[in-house]
Amino acid sequence: MQLHTLTISEAHDLLKRKKITSVELTRAVVDRIEAVEPKVLAFLTRTFEDALEQANAADKAIAAGKITPLTGIPLGIKDLICTDGIRTTCGSHILEDFIPPFDAFVMRKLKAQNAVIAGKLNMDEFAMGSTNEHSAFQVTHNPWGLEHSPGGSSGGSAAAVAADMCLGALGSDTGGSVRQPASHCGVVGLKPTYGRVSRFGLVAFASSLDQIGPLSKTVTDSAILLQAIAGHDEADSTSVPNGVPNYSACLGRDLKGLRIGLPKEYFDIEGLDPQVASAVKKAIDTLSGLGAQTVEVTLPHTEYGVAAYYIIAPSEASSNLARYDGVKYGLRDKQKTELLEMYRGSRSQGFGPEVQRRILIGTYCLSAGYYDAYYGKASQIRTLIARDFEQAFQKCDVIAAPAAPTPATALGESLDDPLAMYLSDVFTLPANLAGIPGISVPCGFSDKGLPIGLQLLGGHFAEETLFKTAYQFEQATEFHKKRPPL
Amino acid sequence: MEFEPVIGLEVHAQLNTSTKIFCACSTRFGAEPNTHVCPVCLGMPGSLPVLNKKVVEYTLRMALATNCDIPPQSRFARKNYFYPDLPKGYQISQYELPIAINGHLDIDMQDGSSKRIGITRIHMEEDAGKLIHDGSLPVSHVDLNRTGVPLMEIVSEPDLRSAAEAGVYLRNLRAIIRWIGIGDGNMEEGSFRCDANISIRPKGSDTFGTRTETKNLNSFKNVEKAIRYEIARQTEILLDTGQVVQETRLWNPGKGVTESMRSKEQAHDYRYFPDPDLLPLVIEKKWISAVQKDLPELPSQRRERFVTEMAIPDYDAGVLTSSRELADYYESCLKTFNQPKHVSNWIMGSLLGLLNAEGKSIEDCPIAPKDLAQLLKLLDEGAISGKIAKTVFEEMSSTGKPPKQIVEEKGLVQVSDTSIIEKEIDAVIAANPNEVERYKDGQKKLIGFFVGQVMRATKGKANPKMVNELLMKKLGT
Repeated sequence: MQLHTLTISEAHDLLKRKKITSVELTRAVVDRIEAVEPKVLAFLTRTFEDALEQANAADKAIAAGKITPLTGIPLGIKDLICTDGIRTTCGSHILEDFIPPFDAFVMRKLKAQNAVIAGKLNMDEFAMGSTNEHSAFQVTHNPWGLEHSPGGSSGGSAAAVAADMCLGALGSDTGGSVRQPASHCGVVGLKPTYGRVSRFGLVAFASSLDQIGPLSKTVTDSAILLQAIAGHDEADSTSVPNGVPNYSACLGRDLKGLRIGLPKEYFDIEGLDPQVASAVKKAIDTLSGLGAQTVEVTLPHTEYGVAAYYIIAPSEASSNLARYDGVKYGLRDKQKTELLEMYRGSRSQGFGPEVQRRILIGTYCLSAGYYDAYYGKASQIRTLIARDFEQAFQKCDVIAAPAAPTPATALGESLDDPLAMYLSDVFTLPANLAGIPGISVPCGFSDKGLPIGLQLLGGHFAEETLFKTAYQFEQATEFHKKRPPL
Repeated sequence: MEFEPVIGLEVHAQLNTSTKIFCACSTRFGAEPNTHVCPVCLGMPGSLPVLNKKVVEYTLRMALATNCDIPPQSRFARKNYFYPDLPKGYQISQYELPIAINGHLDIDMQDGSSKRIGITRIHMEEDAGKLIHDGSLPVSHVDLNRTGVPLMEIVSEPDLRSAAEAGVYLRNLRAIIRWIGIGDGNMEEGSFRCDANISIRPKGSDTFGTRTETKNLNSFKNVEKAIRYEIARQTEILLDTGQVVQETRLWNPGKGVTESMRSKEQAHDYRYFPDPDLLPLVIEKKWISAVQKDLPELPSQRRERFVTEMAIPDYDAGVLTSSRELADYYESCLKTFNQPKHVSNWIMGSLLGLLNAEGKSIEDCPIAPKDLAQLLKLLDEGAISGKIAKTVFEEMSSTGKPPKQIVEEKGLVQVSDTSIIEKEIDAVIAANPNEVERYKDGQKKLIGFFVGQVMRATKGKANPKMVNELLMKKLGT
């Protein structure tokens, strides 16, 4: 048995029945990482020693009868989530040597379950990018086609899960950064409702859009991971006090009577790859075959989504990233002795071109005389987009759409064209603007063998509906069972 | 042409909550550098602010005490600028939607009239850290203990017309802050700071001239001095038919001048926007009424009550309500000796005189209110004379002993026994035949001489009224 290929729920079952130990499982994962990581380059920091210690502790807990769904399960963490004592780079030179003195809320939750952390995963710098090519350290390769991008920004997380280098991972989704790489790597990726998971310890890109979400091999595992990390946190004023439902309990429910909304605007979008369109249409047919009905809905402000997003997100980022000034932590240009020069030197050396571009855009949009025309207007559009969804969800329970307009792009393809990269977020970023949850599940492959994802969107706190729908779809299809040819 | 200054003040007052505005770190002053810090106030990646409710409550107290409207919703905003004492690269403040607006404060003018000064807004924000520049090396040290200490900014309307008015307004504001227990208002220590917006216009004009903003006003004296300087400077420019430049100026207390700091063109663009890490702050009516209920009787209300209930002059009531502790002291005295004007005279005269001379505030007063009241009671009952009362008062202030004890120990009880006084009078008359002769010849002024002699003989203890009466009787009128 190849332990690293197990899903979380399978491994949990074996651990619980004492057929395997967490140390065995963790060793298998470590071996797997050592075998395929040179091709994939998903990890920025490996924490094998810690992982084996945690596995040991997990085995002791299990022996003492204390087992939870994540006890002893090796996971990977996007390098944007603070880990106490383990460097957290955000894929940026400016934080290359930054070691947080505290754990993110989600890390505390995982540790409380005796989960095992295999390492920190690559990402576009500060989560800005859709290909992982904007990491300051390395480019992660798509396990399904090494010449291709794994997507981004949580590309390292998606690739690591797809390549069986961890049983599940955490990413973060600001405009599609969990769902799009999940789609490109053939795994399940969930962006929860804004406020469902605490952002405390998630290094901010765009605070009003950021949300931590799980990447996993199956929908069942996605539900397990969300269960573990969801919940109110007083340290995050935007986290909601709503109770957390039992997500696994909803998986078996059938889809009879479920109304699936098909936004006409989404399928008319220029640049939608015909293979993606066809895979998503087939997926919708599958859902209909399972008892769901389709209804046409309209999201009339879709065309303004990208523009609004690329004002709001960089505006917030320009402020969130001001703290990296070389004064307190992170990279400092030690050559410069004058304050302003030191700021300039540190930030110019520390930030890559995509981050600098967004800081400039954001700074401009918030400037006196431009604020109303840009940030103000974008905020209004955001309200309209949220209202579009509210109205659509009066007619349907979930919205089905592609996760990305194309399968994974070839590495190097979009680097010269930031606008093309921004436009590829068209299906994912509206959910962030509206604060609603979305999930991507594997629904096919391109003729080059690259995965395609079906995205399902729900109303606020409709994660159960998303899980149920995605799970029934997954059970009716075989896509999730295929493994990449590594 | 006659000019008129137009002045508005921006006051930053530190709120004396025990913890910071967005984290649980202590606000205590004077600790070792960078010991009252945590990931939140250090601006560490991934940290998030959580609003301290006490800060809101304190600001609401101020808002109610200055007659402000409190909108149902306010917002925190980020003020973006780079400086090493600002770890996040932005200050969390309030901008478009402050917690309180449209208030006012009535101040006393020198002519005894009252003037209403509008308060545009009050908002909450976090303080920045402190830079300590090395004297010998080209090195600066950053102390972030103060980062995140809560501040309240109070912005006045441009309703002030002189340096003196500005001074009165500022002192009133500080008195209220202390009165309602939300801050210590110490200008020298920086817990109460003030920037002044000043412009000049022809008297009678209803448009504003170009204004300057003057910073670094670190004492009440300096505020008034800087305003006077700036008024004179601008007036001179206008008389020269020049133009005042809109700019930020810095008061140089050493030279006694304001100096240009940065022009309008160099002004920062703070790129304010709503802070996405903090939810809109909803202030429910319930909360406002709870704060209102806990609010102490305010200086103006208490002053009015003193005038109507105690029947003391408004001037007295004004002095007695200049601090809550003083007003409490006064009322405490009245519990033992309920003669309001009598007590007020002694507090305003002897007691405040003593405290001023020793540079003490009423909190450090060595004389307990009940003892002062006891002293006045002894005086009123005729047990001691006014002169003796002064002696006893001085003794009380240096020893803290109760007045009765002092009177007894020193044998200062007033002599009202007719036979004793008559004996002394007879002796004085016998010893001064010449004066008696002259008195009888019509030099009636000499009565003072005889009274003095008797008082001296009795060491001041004889009841002076009785001495007078008995003398007249013996000498004949």
